[in-house]
This record gives sequence, structure tokens and C-alpha cells, in this order.
Amino acid sequence: MSALFSPFISKPDTVSRIMLRVLLALLPGIALYVWHFGPAILVSIALASLTALGTEALMLKLRNRPVMHFIGDNSALLTGWLLALSIPPLAPWWLVVVGTAFAIAIAKHLYGGLGNNPFNPAMIGYAVLIISFPAQMTHWLTPHGLGPIELGFLEQLKYIFLGALPPNVTLDAVTMATPLDTLKTRLHLDESVGQIFEMPIYGRLAGQGSEMVSLGFLLGGLYLLAARIITWHIPAAFLGTLFTAAGIFHLADPTHYAAPLFHWFSGAAMLGAFFILTDPVTGPTTNKGKLIFAAGAGLLTYLIRAFGSFPDGMAFATLLMNICVPLIVLYTQPPVFGKKEKRP
Amino acid sequence: MRTLYQFNGGIHPPENKEPSTQSGIARAPLPSKLVIPFRQHAGAAAKPMVRAGDRVLKGQLIGMPDGFISSAVHASTSGTIAAIGAQPIAHPSGLPDLCATLIPDGREEWITHAAPSTSLRTGFDYRNSDPAELRQQLRMSGVVGLGGAVFPGDIKLRPGNRKIDTLILNGAECEPYITCDDMLMRERATEIVQGAAMLRFMLEAGEVLIGIEDNKPQAIAAMRQAVTESGLPFEVVVVPTIYPGGSAKQLIRVLTGLEVPSGKLPTDIGVQCFNVATAYSAYRALAHGEPVLSRIITITGNVRRAQNFEVLLGTPVRDLAALGEALPDTDRYLMGGPMMGLPLASTDIPLVKASNCIIAASDKLFPPAPPALPCIRCMRCAEVCPADLQPMDLFWFSQSKEFDKAQRFSLFDCIECGACSYVCPSHIPLVQYFQFAKSEIRAREQDQQAADHARERHEFREYRFEREKQEKAEKLAAREQAAKQAPAPSANPADAMQQKIQAAIARAREQAAASQPKNTENLTAQQRAEIAEIEARRAHIHELAKSAGEHKKE
Repeated sequence: MSALFSPFISKPDTVSRIMLRVLLALLPGIALYVWHFGPAILVSIALASLTALGTEALMLKLRNRPVMHFIGDNSALLTGWLLALSIPPLAPWWLVVVGTAFAIAIAKHLYGGLGNNPFNPAMIGYAVLIISFPAQMTHWLTPHGLGPIELGFLEQLKYIFLGALPPNVTLDAVTMATPLDTLKTRLHLDESVGQIFEMPIYGRLAGQGSEMVSLGFLLGGLYLLAARIITWHIPAAFLGTLFTAAGIFHLADPTHYAAPLFHWFSGAAMLGAFFILTDPVTGPTTNKGKLIFAAGAGLLTYLIRAFGSFPDGMAFATLLMNICVPLIVLYTQPPVFGKKEKRP
Repeated sequence: MRTLYQFNGGIHPPENKEPSTQSGIARAPLPSKLVIPFRQHAGAAAKPMVRAGDRVLKGQLIGMPDGFISSAVHASTSGTIAAIGAQPIAHPSGLPDLCATLIPDGREEWITHAAPSTSLRTGFDYRNSDPAELRQQLRMSGVVGLGGAVFPGDIKLRPGNRKIDTLILNGAECEPYITCDDMLMRERATEIVQGAAMLRFMLEAGEVLIGIEDNKPQAIAAMRQAVTESGLPFEVVVVPTIYPGGSAKQLIRVLTGLEVPSGKLPTDIGVQCFNVATAYSAYRALAHGEPVLSRIITITGNVRRAQNFEVLLGTPVRDLAALGEALPDTDRYLMGGPMMGLPLASTDIPLVKASNCIIAASDKLFPPAPPALPCIRCMRCAEVCPADLQPMDLFWFSQSKEFDKAQRFSLFDCIECGACSYVCPSHIPLVQYFQFAKSEIRAREQDQQAADHARERHEFREYRFEREKQEKAEKLAAREQAAKQAPAPSANPADAMQQKIQAAIARAREQAAASQPKNTENLTAQQRAEIAEIEARRAHIHELAKSAGEHKKE
């Protein structure tokens, strides 16, 4: 039907295309992931994608929403990919399925579906998994050339789906703790940051291999900035705060606190800065609010990493700041044209 | 170089202005019928001064300004008034309004200005005139803002409590497709500049800035030349092309750096703004005694011949569409541009002072938007909002009918430019939500006022009853007092009653005697038979109607 009201023209942009470009922006990071850790991550991503779309369709049907109208918006796919990239690739198949299904069904649809969920669904999925299945969440792959044995793709598939390893291979031989985790554990053993970083799993900036993956996400993030899909506020405030907080502690006590760049390129910092915190639905809608939101997340991430009981803090920092969004938005309303005084 | 300022937001939609600027302004031929609305301006409708059957001359006053904010309406050509009545007009409500239907006689016979009845004068030497007299001439010439708001010009020219530092002529014309101001500036720059001088005189304004967007180099050149030739100290300022940069508040911001405070008028900050076409019509009215009988209108879009025409007010849209040779797949017409234009219900609708552009539209030209998705709060709408609003929040409040919140978040500062709807990736018709919320709030305020009024009346009524009761009681008390003092009359109450009864009986008898026998009494046998037949027929029809009614119900 032809439009009955103005404007009669519109920018040829759609939610589906925005989400698609965010997915594309993840590709450099994923490619480097595959290069350094093998193709197991692609299996996780495929599993997450199927689960996300399946759950999305099922929930839309249960909620009596037009399935075909919504399924193409690519938002569920993005949730699945972000979750897959946050959990160990060598985790059993059901881990990513459970996490994704929870993210889509509970964190997204029970709150009203696209546009209405207060918490980042992928991070809810991650939080559920790390609390419910902490052991399975530690099966991080050793990057190429570091472990005593490397699993072939078929052997990886066999482990993911059947839980079977080749004879004489233990799980410890093919997996390892993340650089962030290792740092935390070893610091508790009274080793210094300098000593720890001499271990072969550490590279130039952070973890061997994983620093390159972070670099890939940084590249993708810069594309999102250039394509004006995100603004600079969230990445800048998050990375800035993380850098500052890490820098202060590092300067004060370099033997116990890692350098700021280590924090930038470890764990989910880059993914979080450009892809997770920038989720428009669960983030603030004012530029000033974005700065506060992301700075809060940066500080919380650092505090959890340095003093908390989890090796990385991205997910919990995101969720905690998600709670604050309505308040942040209310108190950061920009002045209206012709109104010098601020709004409510 | 003048320092220019910016407003936040704005968009750059495809301009599509080239097609209608290929040839100059042409004069539209005389239509076979004109429908002239009595309300072509903001404010009260003009009072009809003619009746059906009257012969009118070109320029003759047919609608007298009625009220403070009102303007005159004239016969666009000579001919006969065929009717005065409600006709469909271009209005979002779709409701008809009072119009004069004028059948032109083809002679284009003008009024004589000398005649006192016309109340128009020619050849004002404005510098030696009383500004009040000039304003009256503008009011009687029907000069209103031709940029679209059609606010009566004389009101905007009244001296306020603040000196006008800057008079701005708006030649920005920021909306896509529309080129009527562009062409007017190219071809009639001298008259516009003269008009601006007259407006400045009436306002006692300081500087005069003529703002034109940089996508109109020919108009800029023409206006610059006209200003130079006039020797007047006006400045043509080239402003960046951005939508809605031609909105008065936004243009004032760009040119002066001032923001018109929310809920205030430009004059409150010493600025007044007129469209270039308004300056042109002011010049025609004051220098030539020529009321506003026509305007330049762009016909463009899905047409073979996009062009600007000088069209007599009251010309049906159909005539202009025919001049533009609308393509066969045209399925509707818009009045105005693609951002804020109004779809027209029919091509019978007359072109009026507010009509700047007619766009022939088809689904190919303006593809229907895909079905809306939920808002993902991407902020694109906030980024482009020229009023610095947060449209996604206003949308949320409008949708959930939290109107008080919408109002607190400055809903009424929305200028409905449509930039937010334009960029929305979820294709939510945001402007319509805002219009809905605004009208709901206005309706509630009216209801509230009505309720307050009713309550006041009720309270007064209660008070009045109370007062009357008290007065009665006082009177009674006073009478009792008097009765006690004076002795009662010694009449027997039973006798009086008996007399009354007798009188009533006598009256009843008289009436019975006076009444004539009915003509249905003493009928012949034949008459009776006829009556019976009619009754039977009536009964039959009644049966039929009853069964048909029941059938319908089924």
C-alpha cells in the first residue's frame, strides 16, 4: 500500500542491513581466530547461528508474531555469533546451544523481543554458562605451535560432539587457561607480572594468538565507526577508562599489575568495546550517557579482572551497566533547541 | 565573509530539483472553473462578500478579513460566482471548507483602483507612508507568508516591544523537488529586493539578510545583482544545503547564531523572517495595488514536463497536473515536498496560497516503506533531529500514551520535519506518532478546559440554589411577619373553591359546543370502501417492509 503520510522518501537503510554489517565487521577477528586456533570456532558459530535462528522462530511463533517479518533482521544471528566468540571453541556442543537458546528465549523474547530487552542477550547467555558450567568454560584452545599436541579438525569435531579425545591425549594437553586467567592464578602464587609474561603463551601485547584476534576485532570496530554504525563514544570511553585504570595500578605497582595494553588486547575487551557495549538496544541513547555507560563498564571490567574472582569482567560489567541505562539516560538528556536549561 | 552557524542534525535527501528548473516560469492558462477557499491563511476565515450569481472583477475583494489574525481573499479573475459552499480542500483532516466557485468569463477584467469600494490603492510611496496604512493595504491585499505557514503578513509586521535587528528573507528552499522560490529569485529578483525594502521599512529593521542554499547558484547570482543594482545595504548569504535548513528557526540559527527560545517568536530575539515570495507579493501589493491572485507552483515528480507555473489561486490541481503532463502510472498527488507534503484526496482540490509544489507520485517514484520493525534505539533519529529532541523516547511515550512524559520531553518543540522518519532503519512513522500525541494532548487540554468550565458552572448553580433558598426563606419570614401584624381577610375558603369548579365546568361545555364534527364522520359507503382498501394496502406495505428489515438483519 502506498504511504498515506509524509515523509514519502526514506534512507535505504534497514535493521537487517545494519546487523549484517556488524556481522561482517566480525569477520577479520574470526579469520584471525581460525588462523591461530584452528577452525573449531567456526563450529561454535554454526551451532550458535542454528540455535539462534531456531529459538528466534520458535519464540516468535509462541508469541504470535509474524516469523518471516522478524527472522530476517539478523539480530538473533548477531547474538549467537557474539556468544560463540565469548566461550571456548572446544566446549561440548550443548554448551553453546544452551547458552544461545537462553539468550534468545529468556533474555530477549521474554522481555518483549527485538528492541525491548534491557540486558545484552549474548552476555546473559555467557553469564548463565560461566555460573552453571564453569569447568566446561575453561576449555580454551592452545594457539598453534604452543601445545605438545594439536588436534586435527575431525578430532576437534569428535570432541565437541562426542566428548571423545584421541587415545593418549588428555584435555589438558590441548587446552589451556586464558592469558588473563593464567596471570590471575600465578599472581596468587606470588609470581611477578614480569616473570609470568615470560611464559610462552604471552606474546608482544597480551596472549599469543588471542592478541591478534583482539586486533582483528579492533579492525572490524574501526570499520563500524567508519560506516557510522556506531559512534566513537562507547569504544573511546571504555578503552580509555580501562587504559587509565590499568595504567594507574601498573604505574603504582608494575610487579602486580599488568600494563594497560595487556588489558586492551586480552579477553573480550576489544569485542566488548566495539561489538557488545555498542548494542543500541541495551545501551544509552544520549552521547553523554554513552560516555558514562562505557566508562563504568571499563572501570568494572578492570576491577573484576584485577580484584574479582572471574578472570574476565566484560560480561558482568556490561550487565551491571545495562541496569544503570534508564537512569543514565534520564540524567544526560541533551538541551533542546531553544531551551537553554536542561530537561527533566 | 559572514560567520555562519550550525544547527544540530539535518539530512541530505536526494534533491531532485533539476527537472523543474530546466525552463522558466510559465503562466498557466485560465481554468474553466476556480474554487477559492475563504481560508487560505492562518487564522480566521475571511467573511464572504459576494453571493452566488454575482459578477466579480479580477482582484475584487470576495472575502473580508474577519478578526485580528485573518486576511483578505480576492477573485482571481473576472467572472461569475456560481456558488458559495463547502468544497474539498487540501487539509490533513480531509474536511471540506467554505469556498467560492468562480466561473471565469475569460475577459480578465480588472477592478478599478480608484473606486472606493476596492479599498486598495496603487503606487504607494512607501517611504512617505504611514506603516499602519501599509499594513492595512497588505491585509486587504491578502498578503500572507507564502513559505507554507500562510501567516498574515500584516501581523508579522506590527511593531513589537523589541527592536528588530535583523530581517531575514528566506530563500533557502530546503525541501527536495520544490523549486518555486528558486525560479522566482532567478526571474523576479528586483521585485523581491524592493519588497524586502518595504518590509524593512515597516519593521524598522536593521540589517537585511537573504539566505539562499548553495544549490541555487543562479538564484544567488540574480539576487546579488538585484541587491547591487538597488544600492540597498542588503546581504545575500549563501548557506549550506541541508534539510530542514529552510525552517525559519533553523535558518535564523545559521544566519545569526541565535536560537529562538522554545515557545517564543523570532521577534522576541530581534529577528523577523519572511519567505522571498512573500516579499515579492508585498511589493506587488504596495507598488501596484495588486492583491495576491496567483503564486508560483512547481509541478514535478512523475511528470513528462516538470516546470514552474504562475497559477491563479483556486485553480484545481487537475489543471496543473495536466500542464505537467503527469505520466499514466501516477496514482496520487502530493501538495508540498516529499518530506512534509500532504497527499491529496482528489484532483478537484484547489491550489491556494500555501501550495508551493504539486508532486505527481507513483509507487515507483516513492516506493512504499517496508513494514515497521521495533525501535532498536539506534539514535539515528536523535542524530538528525534539528530540534535536538530524542525522537526514540518521544516515540516510546507516544506509543504507550504517556503523554505527560512526552510533553516533558519537549514533544511540542518538534517541527515535524520528518528527518527522523527518513533515517529510521526500522521504518517507524515517527512523525505520525508525534502528530497523534500532540492532537491527543490538545484534545485532553480542551476536555480539561470544558470540564473546568462545567465544574465552575455547576458550583455557581449550587451557589445560586442556595442563595435562592435563602432569599425565599427570608421572604417567607418577612411575609409571616407581615401576616402576623395584619389580620387575615374574612372570606370563606369553601365558597371560593365551589365557584372555581363551576367556572371550569362552564368552560368545558363551551369548548364542546364550539368544536366541529370530524370530516371522517358521516361518510358515504364508497368512501368507506376506499379507506378500507388504502388501509389494506398500507398494512401490506408494512408487512413487506418488516420482512425486508428482518431479512437484512439476517
